[in-house]
Amino acid sequence: MATLTHHESATAEYLELAPKTRRTFISIIVAGVILLAIGLIMAAMHIGGGHEAAGAAHGAAHAAGPEAGAGAAHHEGSPLWLKRLFVTLWHNNVFFVGVSAIGTFFVALQYVAYAGWSVVIKRINEAMSVWLLPGLVIFLAVFFLGRHDLFHWTHDGIMDPKAENYDAIIAGKSGFLNMPFYLIRMVVYLGIWWFFSERLRKISLAEDLNGGTEYFHKSINVAALFLVLYAVTSSMSAWDWVMSVDVHWFSTMFGWYVFASWWVSGIAVTTLTAIYLKQAGYLKFVNANHLHDLGKFMFGFSIFWTYVWFSQFMLIWYANLPEEAVYYNQRLGGFNGAYTWIFFFNLVINFAFPFLVLMRRDAKRQMIMLKIVSIAILIGHWSDFYLMITPATMQENNGFIMEIGVALIFLGSYLLLFTKRLAQASLVPVNHPFLDESVHHTT
Amino acid sequence: MTKRFALGIFDDEDVLMHAIENVRAAGVKIYEVFTPFPIHGIDDALGIERSRLPIAAFFYGMCGLAFALWMQIYMLGFDWPMIIGGKPHIALPAFIPVSFELTVFFTCHGMVITFYTISKLYPRWRTPVLDVRSTDDKFVMAIEINESTDLNNLSKLLRENGASEVNEKEMTKN
Repeated sequence: MATLTHHESATAEYLELAPKTRRTFISIIVAGVILLAIGLIMAAMHIGGGHEAAGAAHGAAHAAGPEAGAGAAHHEGSPLWLKRLFVTLWHNNVFFVGVSAIGTFFVALQYVAYAGWSVVIKRINEAMSVWLLPGLVIFLAVFFLGRHDLFHWTHDGIMDPKAENYDAIIAGKSGFLNMPFYLIRMVVYLGIWWFFSERLRKISLAEDLNGGTEYFHKSINVAALFLVLYAVTSSMSAWDWVMSVDVHWFSTMFGWYVFASWWVSGIAVTTLTAIYLKQAGYLKFVNANHLHDLGKFMFGFSIFWTYVWFSQFMLIWYANLPEEAVYYNQRLGGFNGAYTWIFFFNLVINFAFPFLVLMRRDAKRQMIMLKIVSIAILIGHWSDFYLMITPATMQENNGFIMEIGVALIFLGSYLLLFTKRLAQASLVPVNHPFLDESVHHTT
Repeated sequence: MTKRFALGIFDDEDVLMHAIENVRAAGVKIYEVFTPFPIHGIDDALGIERSRLPIAAFFYGMCGLAFALWMQIYMLGFDWPMIIGGKPHIALPAFIPVSFELTVFFTCHGMVITFYTISKLYPRWRTPVLDVRSTDDKFVMAIEINESTDLNNLSKLLRENGASEVNEKEMTKN
């Protein structure tokens, strides 16, 4: 039922984090640490790594490594358990940094589109971008400590024609993939994203205090500039952080593919946060209509992700060029089928499940349905990044216990920082010019 | 068949929305509301049930998908098998784009035709207009009346809720 009266006036509401919630977040971290420890011990003792489903004995297989693999053939790397730790840290950080940036991207997009409906959930998106700076620190640390495990192109001598392990293809990419330029790019991407997150946040907080439309127009300019820069940097960061793991291979769809994954995960985080806050008694202006729009976003962009995924897959599958098809060979049946199930699981949970569940209007307006789908999408896209990064780095020595442990540590830490930032400002941007429109939004 | 209507003319959409709520709350059945532009939330205010068009759309889509798959499997798999790129005759990934397009094609054409038919917008249909100003700047609320209707009360109710004028109109429907 549409609310037609203008009697209600939006007032500020502040999130107060219950000690119990904080303890829950900390126990998520503790559970993650325990899983990580178990995973590390198991990996160090060579049990449980790799084909958990098949249970095939691989023994010292990692020492030989299939020739198809890129990185492991060289002995320039950490022991397997440490290598897996670096890989999973990188994987999780890519996922969380991407989701963080989506928070700002979403806010910017709503400003530029003059969208009114999303004003009541805007503070969630603003707070989401909290992982950008911790993410930068983790990226730099993992890159300095474990770059040889992650990136084949960082190996010493790989670009030197006189060296034993010289690789002409990689040497040809040295103009782009060299350490100084790579690090500069990483700092620039995260610097830009962080700067614009802070800028939009500051303008919005000043608007809360002073009111007036001046802040709104200023935000539109800032947002438009951010969108242009983000369009370029999101694609480039996908090449740098994810595609350069498979350094011989490239795909022109890859930037979009990674962005689609981040984007739909970011919307799932927004939806999930809105629902949890709503159920905790906050966000009283958020109703089924706002959730409906978020649900449409999730539905639509799950299909968009699939569209990009398929566009990348079909061309490679049809053309069947060896240097391109190797990417799917590794994931579909390579490494003794270590990744086959997760390849299909990825499609089911990221496409078929949201598509079928969210197709009906009623489902998009029910918190429980949205909750289930949001969680499925987050797990699904975490797996999607797993599937992008792990086969190229770990070959058949993959696993899940350590990876899930690190994911939980990231999740708990992210939630602590995220809720802290959420609590720093009113959950309702009280002086936003479109607030009234958002409160009376009907779908 | 001739029907008689009381027409409440409104100048403002907000006033109209409140009037709809109040008129319905007073127990008067609204026949139809004509507005120059779509108003958000008016369906809910009028208590109009949601359209079942999406259900029809789903089945049109299924028809399109089935047709596309049948067509490609029959043509490329049985009628005139060819080897393309070393792939099997029935190479499903290659069929997805065409299947998708035909699903969309069937769905949108089916929906447009269904919508026009149930809205009686097919060719040669004359749509009766109760008050031509509803295509310009006035909002018109039509209430069906008969001999037993207390017109004075109705007029008072509409005027109290912001109607700038209340007219009576007879409409012959074929």
